[in-house]
Amino acid sequence: MIVAIVIAALVLGSLLFHWLSPWWMTPLASNWGSIDTALIITMWICAVAFVALNLFMALTIWRYRHRPGSRAHYEPENSRLEKRLTLWTALGIAGMLAPGLLAWNQYVTVPADAAVVEANGEQWRWSFRLPGRDGVLGTAEPARITADNAFGLNPDDPYGRDDLIVDTAELHLPVNRPVKMVLRSKDVLHDFYVPEFRAKMDLVPGIVTYFWLTPTQKGSFDILCAELCGTGHSQMRGTVVVEDEASYRKWLGDQMTFGQMMAQAGEGRTRLARADANPSKRVAR
Amino acid sequence: MATIADDLRPLHHPKSWIGKYVWSQDHKVIALQYAGTAISVGIIALVLSFMMRLQLGFPGRFHFIQPENYLQFVTLHGMIMVVYLLTALLLGGFGNYLIPLMVGARDMVFPFVNMLSYWFYLLSVIVLLSSIFVPGGPTGGGWTLYPPQTITGGTPGSNWGIILMMVSLAIFIAAFTMGGLNYVTTVLQARTKGMTLMRMPCSVWGIFVASIMGLLAFPALFVAAVMTILDAVAGTSFFVPQIVSMGKLTQHVGGSPILYQHLFWFFGHPEVYIVALPAFGIVSDLISVHARKNIFGYRMMVWAIIIIGALSFFVWAHHMYVSGMNPYFGFFFATSTLIIAIPTAIKVYNWLLTLWRGDIHLRVPMLFAIAFLFTFIHGGLSGLFLGNVSVDVPLSDTFFVVGHFHMVMGVSPILVIFGAIYHWYPKITGRMWNETLARAHFWVTFLGAYAIFMPMHYIGILGVPRRYYALGETAFIPPSVHYVNMGITIAAGIVFAAQFLFFYNMIWSYFRGPKADPNPWGGASLEWQTPDTPPTHGNWGPRLPTVYRWAYDYSVPGAAHDFIPQNEPPGAAGSRAPA
Repeated sequence: MIVAIVIAALVLGSLLFHWLSPWWMTPLASNWGSIDTALIITMWICAVAFVALNLFMALTIWRYRHRPGSRAHYEPENSRLEKRLTLWTALGIAGMLAPGLLAWNQYVTVPADAAVVEANGEQWRWSFRLPGRDGVLGTAEPARITADNAFGLNPDDPYGRDDLIVDTAELHLPVNRPVKMVLRSKDVLHDFYVPEFRAKMDLVPGIVTYFWLTPTQKGSFDILCAELCGTGHSQMRGTVVVEDEASYRKWLGDQMTFGQMMAQAGEGRTRLARADANPSKRVAR
Repeated sequence: MATIADDLRPLHHPKSWIGKYVWSQDHKVIALQYAGTAISVGIIALVLSFMMRLQLGFPGRFHFIQPENYLQFVTLHGMIMVVYLLTALLLGGFGNYLIPLMVGARDMVFPFVNMLSYWFYLLSVIVLLSSIFVPGGPTGGGWTLYPPQTITGGTPGSNWGIILMMVSLAIFIAAFTMGGLNYVTTVLQARTKGMTLMRMPCSVWGIFVASIMGLLAFPALFVAAVMTILDAVAGTSFFVPQIVSMGKLTQHVGGSPILYQHLFWFFGHPEVYIVALPAFGIVSDLISVHARKNIFGYRMMVWAIIIIGALSFFVWAHHMYVSGMNPYFGFFFATSTLIIAIPTAIKVYNWLLTLWRGDIHLRVPMLFAIAFLFTFIHGGLSGLFLGNVSVDVPLSDTFFVVGHFHMVMGVSPILVIFGAIYHWYPKITGRMWNETLARAHFWVTFLGAYAIFMPMHYIGILGVPRRYYALGETAFIPPSVHYVNMGITIAAGIVFAAQFLFFYNMIWSYFRGPKADPNPWGGASLEWQTPDTPPTHGNWGPRLPTVYRWAYDYSVPGAAHDFIPQNEPPGAAGSRAPA
């Protein structure tokens, strides 16, 4: 008997917790309102099911608790009722799945005009690379990583020469412009996670992964790693600064290209010269 | 097919104490060995979880918990709970005890293999625990053990720990294969006369389908374990591409970390149902017996178990929506995942409709069954968020996931296990437990577990990531999250302490409890009809029982009592025969 009251009280308590607790989604700072909408639709359908099923259970326990002389009703099955319940469930499921799949369709469709930005992960720091004036990222592989060439770019690849290397954990993005985040890892799995953007994706060594977003709010946001990557996992932090076009241009102008960095390094100078002299060695992309 | 059930070969009863209790081939003793070992190793997992909670609730206060230790606790806790406790207890423990008794067999069909299964299981546990004592300690790669992390620097136990973990899993899988083949064959071949498949109790159905699933799913984990070991020691590159680990280029080239994830989750998702289906089956029987009513829609319940079992092999990549696999897979796996919610929902409806118009005795096993319904409804619904691909994106790898899977495959099956232990304890030991202690244990465990895992969903929606040693200074995380973390830790401490009520009750009652009635709840299924309580070797005395009806003849109109045992012939004393 008490258990019936407790179940009803837990339902009420859960609803109050939902309305009164301070924890809810962070303010959205990207175009992914469709994800929030799908989440809220899912929440509503699930809440109705949660309340209805548990209150029905509490009522049943209360009403049919054992009393001296009481006897259960004998009813092996009721296929009409079961069919009707199946249908209603299927409708509820479809109601959640439809907005979920629609949002996913947007998620996998990168706009053609999205600017490419590469995030690099390693234990336990972030760094970034922008494609430079040609709009194309140069090829890179871990085997080429040296002290002078932290990203493992191919010095013989002309597409890489103008790539901007951001070897700090602070990335800037222009507001209201779609960005395709291209993700690479040097060592283990990581995950580029900015809660306010909603979107996230794993970084997988050996392959290049991606997702896209359009930042819609100016400000500075934490970048976290959301895929366990070792003892420093919780300290793998970065910052993304979303700003207007002018500030972004200025920041862009302060970054060094790979070519400039190689030119600074003594050994790189000769190799670059050799590559310029022999165009046949250039790597096509 | 019926001849094996009426086995006429003489039973060789063991004569020595060792033959009876150590190298025993009796399914009941093996069940208790499995259960005892699983619960012991489960206590270790419980302690580990509390140490994690200490770190999360009071970061920096406990100096013996460093980031490496925290990750090791996370990993060992998860793996022990899922594999070495839940799988072993539900299939090795309950499966072994209940299948022969419920289908009317004298034992498993391969008693020697059954014994070997337990000893392999014990060996796997010893290998697992030995990893605590090797240089570098146990692996801290998370229970999913994703490479390259688990076998490269920066992760605790990347030398010895991971290898022992994988070896232990391989041994466990060998143990499970021996046990699982036994359970499946016994159900198919050793049912007594009259025990058709559609007369079996739901418990047997759940365990039967889960065993088949285990036989199909565990091999994927087995190959993943072998390939990981080869990558770690033999220089192969199944899962590891060219990487620079800790500033050094490794010799690996060309492997795929995502291949491992596919193998792992091809095992890992069915594994969720390998744990859930036995719990579904058992809870159906608890509800039916204590509500004095047949399980509502039995045929639908059986089909739902089979359909869930089959579908669960087509949903694994919903764990990998943001893994970097081809994103178009998301459409398929979201759809298949949400479809599996339909047979699952039908099970919930039928449990509730079994209660409806019942004669509900709110005894301790029933209280646990009701608590299961509540937590399972909660955990099942929160799973719809994570299955629904785009909704999963912000929630994946946050505390929402932690709250969800603990509610649905931690708390829920464990509540069923407690209910089941209280339910069958009188049959297993011949003694009755203490009611007051049992009720205290129930209330603290149920309400405490909800207080632990319910708030996690909300801090997960906020975006708090999981597997973090410390949250540190993070702009979007308000101080209130630290307070709720403290509160969760305190609740966890109370629930932790309450488990000693249970252990004390079980041990004290075994020696001092009042003698139990052979059928204290008025159960209709065969295990309550044994000639001896506890059942002796061979279970049934000189003759096997004959079954005339399904396991759910409760409150049949016109019958003298509110249950008719399965082995009661039609037309016998005061009962009317329903089909």
